[in-house]
Amino acid sequence: MENLILYAPLLARGTLVTVQLALASLLLATILGAFGAAGKIGDGGFARSAVFGYTTLVRGIPDLVLILLIYFGGQRLLSVLGGWFGFGYIDISKFWAGVIAIGFFYGAYLTETFRGAYMTIPRGQIEAARALGLKRFTILWKVTLPQLVRFAIAGYANVWQVLVKSTAVVSVISLQDLVGLANDAGKSVREPFTFFAAVFMIYLFFTFISQSIFNWLERRYTIKGRNDAA
Amino acid sequence: MQLNRIVENYDMFLQGAWMTMQLTGLALFFGFCIALPFGLARARRARFLSPLINVYVYAFRGTPLLVQLYLVYYGLAQFDVVKDSFAWPVLREAYWCALITFSLNSGAYATEIIRGAVETTPEGEIEAATALGLTRFQVARLVLIPSALRRALPQYGNEVVFMLHGSVVASVITIQDILGAGRTVNARHYLAYEGILTAAVLYMVLTLALVITFRWLENKYLRHLALAH
Amino acid sequence: MKRTLGAALLAATFATGAMADSLNICVEGAYPPFSYTEASGDVAGFDIDIANALCAEMGHDCSMLKTDWDGIIPALLEGKCDAIIASMSITPDRMEVIDFTTKYYNTPAAFIGAEGMTMEAMEAGVVGVQRGTIHQDFMEGEFPGVELRLYGSQDEAYLDLVAGRLDAVMADSVAMDDGFIKTEAGEGYAFFGESYSIPEYHGNGAGIGVRKGEEALRDAFSAAIAAIRESGEYAEINARYFDYDVYGG
Repeated sequence: MENLILYAPLLARGTLVTVQLALASLLLATILGAFGAAGKIGDGGFARSAVFGYTTLVRGIPDLVLILLIYFGGQRLLSVLGGWFGFGYIDISKFWAGVIAIGFFYGAYLTETFRGAYMTIPRGQIEAARALGLKRFTILWKVTLPQLVRFAIAGYANVWQVLVKSTAVVSVISLQDLVGLANDAGKSVREPFTFFAAVFMIYLFFTFISQSIFNWLERRYTIKGRNDAA
Repeated sequence: MQLNRIVENYDMFLQGAWMTMQLTGLALFFGFCIALPFGLARARRARFLSPLINVYVYAFRGTPLLVQLYLVYYGLAQFDVVKDSFAWPVLREAYWCALITFSLNSGAYATEIIRGAVETTPEGEIEAATALGLTRFQVARLVLIPSALRRALPQYGNEVVFMLHGSVVASVITIQDILGAGRTVNARHYLAYEGILTAAVLYMVLTLALVITFRWLENKYLRHLALAH
Repeated sequence: MKRTLGAALLAATFATGAMADSLNICVEGAYPPFSYTEASGDVAGFDIDIANALCAEMGHDCSMLKTDWDGIIPALLEGKCDAIIASMSITPDRMEVIDFTTKYYNTPAAFIGAEGMTMEAMEAGVVGVQRGTIHQDFMEGEFPGVELRLYGSQDEAYLDLVAGRLDAVMADSVAMDDGFIKTEAGEGYAFFGESYSIPEYHGNGAGIGVRKGEEALRDAFSAAIAAIRESGEYAEINARYFDYDVYGG
């Protein structure tokens, strides 16, 4: 137990890396999800097939495989590109490889979440707005988005919870995140149980905090009795 | 891209695929065995059992599978009392550690799925069954459970895919599953990514097979809901 | 303005000139006592000391890049580093992909296990090796029936040995002696059986890996190795870690 206290600063540093990784990935995933949903909802045939390809491929593989692919394969890709364009070796840091991998991975899931939320908006509202002569941008901003956000909160919260747990897997490429540091520390003092138990509790804490925040958000943004499709 | 190396080692990938399917399948089976009674107990709000089960579900759903695996594989081996016990021959093996962890994990998710499905049973079905004079046990066996399982099918299909994907962490504790095979081939022939790419393709194939299977099952067992769409 | 620009350009040329003399060396940092990571995160050990000595001899500035063993050859091929100094054995398989200098040490491989372990017990049990090493090749070649476990690093294999998951570990005898047997964790464990040095599996010792085509660099390293053997600097570094000459015959 004393070892835990001794290594607390190290674990704190690891927790910070994990949190940063999770938030950065969430941002990337949200952006990709938004574009993906737009692509699938819109009229462009190419966009729709591209997004379909993206979501099907990404949802067909485990997160760890994508992380390894992006870390090792991405490095090779950058080298090849570097060869063509004449710039030398560019290093992909483990952190950014993790962010790109997890962001890309959950962007596919968020595409479905956002699309599902869009589908829940009663068609009639969009039609009415158009009949009123509102411009496309106004419709998007005043009618579609507020409701999309409301309907997407539950699904978004779900994806966030899974994303946070996925960050543990980035330790496999030796990123010095919470799991990675706990692994190293636990092994060097030969108390892996203590350290992993601490990591377990920290993740439980993340889960608890996230749930509370999203519950609050849901309460704030849902209107009593108006949450489901008309 | 050195695909010839992959082709040379196809047997390693096949063995890996078998290992993955084994682990996934058994974990789902044991998880289901845990989830059926637990889910029912939770839905009925059984007095002492329900909160305990809730703790189990919260713990296993709220933390990463990898951390759970590390706790069982590395963590338990730290204690001499474990090493001297009868459980050691089992816990010694990475395979069993993985299977136990995966089963408990899958069980937690499946418990929630079954609980949700049982709780949304239409009242009428239970009333009708009771009115027909069936005992509580018969109601459960003949009406409640089949009805709930049918409702749980889509979500359970998701859980099956998640378990398949989750099983990949077994390769981190020396198990030669699909990813393990990929990394070994990479290491042996100094490839950067070909082995991992092959692993990705294999997972996609398995996922596709599962998705098709569940679509077929849904068509078969949820046909009575088809008109609702 | 023109003078400062000129001075800046001149400085830039010297800077790039100086940079051309700096080398990135891939090291593992998980193979004590040849290569290990200190609490500060820096790598140290025999490999690192030799690398620094060679670089000084060649007049280069070297920086050590800690790389996972699994990705170390791809890293070299990609240009992340210019040389591998990570106790990498010179084997025909590897020579198909990269070039090696002459060896900088050669020590035999051996088995370790709990005290009292025998060859018969080992053959019936489970043996751990590091993935992608000559030791894996050796076990698969000479003891194909034995159950093998592959690990990303030597340290992980030691852990499972202590946990009781392995009956034996096969690796470099010196690495295991100083990196495990002589440490606190290694109490109760010892060598058993013979030591092995079969060129077919173990090659001709550990060399420095460079990309194919980098003949000048390779020869410069080889010359430097010979130079520090001559000057006695090798012996000095050797003495820091070992009681005997690891260069081998």
